[in-house]
Amino acid sequence: MATTIHAKALTKTYGDHTVVNRLNLDIEAGEVFGLLGPNGAGKTTTILMLLGLVEPTKGSIEVLGLDPRWNPLEVKRRVGYLPDAVGFYDGMTGRQNLRFTARLNGLDDYEPLIDSLLETVGLSDAGDQRAGEYSRGMKQRLGVADALVKGPSVLILDEPTTAIDPEGVVEMLDLIQKLAKEEGVTVLLASHLLHQVQTVCDRVAIFVKGKVVAQGTPYELAAVEQGGRIHVEFRVAGDPAAARANLETLGTVSGIAPGRAPGSWVAELDAKDLAPTVSGLVSKGSQVIGVHRLDEDLESIYRRYFESREEVPA
Amino acid sequence: MTAEVAERAKAEFSTPGGWRVVASKEIADHLLSGRFVVLMGVLGIATAAAVFAASGGIRDVAPNAQGITALFLKLFTVTVDPVPFPLIVFVGFLAPLLGIMFGFDAVSGERSQGTLPRLMSQPIHRDEVILGKFVAGLTVVAIMLTSLVLFVSGIGIFRLGVVPQPSEISRLAVWLVFTIIYVGFWQALATLSSVMAKRASTSAMIPIGVWLVLTLFGSFLFGAAAGIISPQDGSPAAEEAYLRTSQTISQLSPVTLFQQGSRVLLDPEVRTVGLVTVEQVDRAIVSELNLAQSLAVVWPQIAILLAMTSVMFALAYIAFMRDEVRA
Repeated sequence: MATTIHAKALTKTYGDHTVVNRLNLDIEAGEVFGLLGPNGAGKTTTILMLLGLVEPTKGSIEVLGLDPRWNPLEVKRRVGYLPDAVGFYDGMTGRQNLRFTARLNGLDDYEPLIDSLLETVGLSDAGDQRAGEYSRGMKQRLGVADALVKGPSVLILDEPTTAIDPEGVVEMLDLIQKLAKEEGVTVLLASHLLHQVQTVCDRVAIFVKGKVVAQGTPYELAAVEQGGRIHVEFRVAGDPAAARANLETLGTVSGIAPGRAPGSWVAELDAKDLAPTVSGLVSKGSQVIGVHRLDEDLESIYRRYFESREEVPA
Repeated sequence: MTAEVAERAKAEFSTPGGWRVVASKEIADHLLSGRFVVLMGVLGIATAAAVFAASGGIRDVAPNAQGITALFLKLFTVTVDPVPFPLIVFVGFLAPLLGIMFGFDAVSGERSQGTLPRLMSQPIHRDEVILGKFVAGLTVVAIMLTSLVLFVSGIGIFRLGVVPQPSEISRLAVWLVFTIIYVGFWQALATLSSVMAKRASTSAMIPIGVWLVLTLFGSFLFGAAAGIISPQDGSPAAEEAYLRTSQTISQLSPVTLFQQGSRVLLDPEVRTVGLVTVEQVDRAIVSELNLAQSLAVVWPQIAILLAMTSVMFALAYIAFMRDEVRA
């Protein structure tokens, strides 16, 4: 697959403050890539450098084979961008705002396109309302339509789900996935809401203090991080105390503690011991109704990175 | 290969007329904005009052004013009670306000609405944004000032029964362009301030401050500065040197330049903006200058004002080109 966004040793410093530190990124065509990190990690700065809006201090970038420093206009013609806390001209309607963007992109005959985009983001009825009356979530959705006006091959979304209600988030993530899978749009999604990133991204990079500390599919990241020992939540029907006793007698687990669900236990064990432990529990008469590997979601990885603030070699 | 290079080269051109797209949107914004309605209302009422007073005054003296040819232009230059100043002074006073009103939120407004990153991620050059905004503001100002002059002329014709001569019309036209250049200075200053300031309110305060200082305390400041350079010792020579220095310094201010330029352009009897000694005026024949001669008198004022406006716009432009998009 062709590389769509490529950054090498990308660095941005303001004075002696390093915002982005030797960042390497390779995003492939048609991929949904998550840039995950807390606020102030340098995500927005990275995005602005990709768009040619901020000059990198060091390093190289290529977007669709173009260097945004030398061909910013061509990059901007092909890259749709939804900024963090996107704003619109309050006195103009949503439709008028989109029209302005279409004209700035040199489009003619954009009315059908705008109609279909408004429908795609679920704003058909609100299109002729003034953007000043929009809720935060509606603005965010209009922002997605706005980023799509130019028919981009790359879509960069900076915190696209922050202000949207849960139902809207699901719709937004569906839309993002649809764009990537059906239209082959490459999506770069920056967010601090890892749960959402996890469900929609093919690959993620965890970005802390200007550095990528881990990169890969959500599953790979979980696997790398296990280091042999995993935490597993066992849910059992029937007597929890008996289940606990059974777990202890198996001898494969340590640190048994009550889990979040009623009648469940969390224990630490070697990954290779998981299957024997489950079958052992069953053979001893515990009715196992759920086994959940806690380390497998990004949340735990994410939390671990932010708790251990030590430097990770890039 | 060559085709590809040509494609690349072509591709780097921005959307044709990107600044026009920006300008047409801005003009629509301005014309529909509350501030346009308010400014137009204030200007209209104040002008109507001034013109009615002036035309009344001119009617009173008209029977004795046989020799005056440019009677119509007197509407703009004459002071009559109860309005304490002639119309050109009023315009000179309000023109900066117009420029500031249409410039102060050029960039800071985009910033506070959160539209700047979105705008900058479109395939147009940065300079098209600032140029489009500047052109839009000046266009609206030109519309306002032109309708103002036509309004005054209409009332004048109605009240005085005097139709403006072709020479008076061309003087008004030149003065109108001169005034728009003057407004352009203030609009460029306000635009510069809107690039520098993070908030629209801060960005309005800077040019308003400059305007107040130059308008209210200008002559005092120029006098003080001249007193340092050419101290007065009571002798006529020192007095003259002081006055000349003071006048030279005052010509660094766009406010002075506009006042001087306006007076000469709209009053054919004014022959100089400099110091005039009693000997020079003594037994001078009162005669009128034609437009070319008047222009010759104020050519420096026009040129300097145009230069100041250009420099101010260039500063705003540079500041915007270097501005970080980040909020």
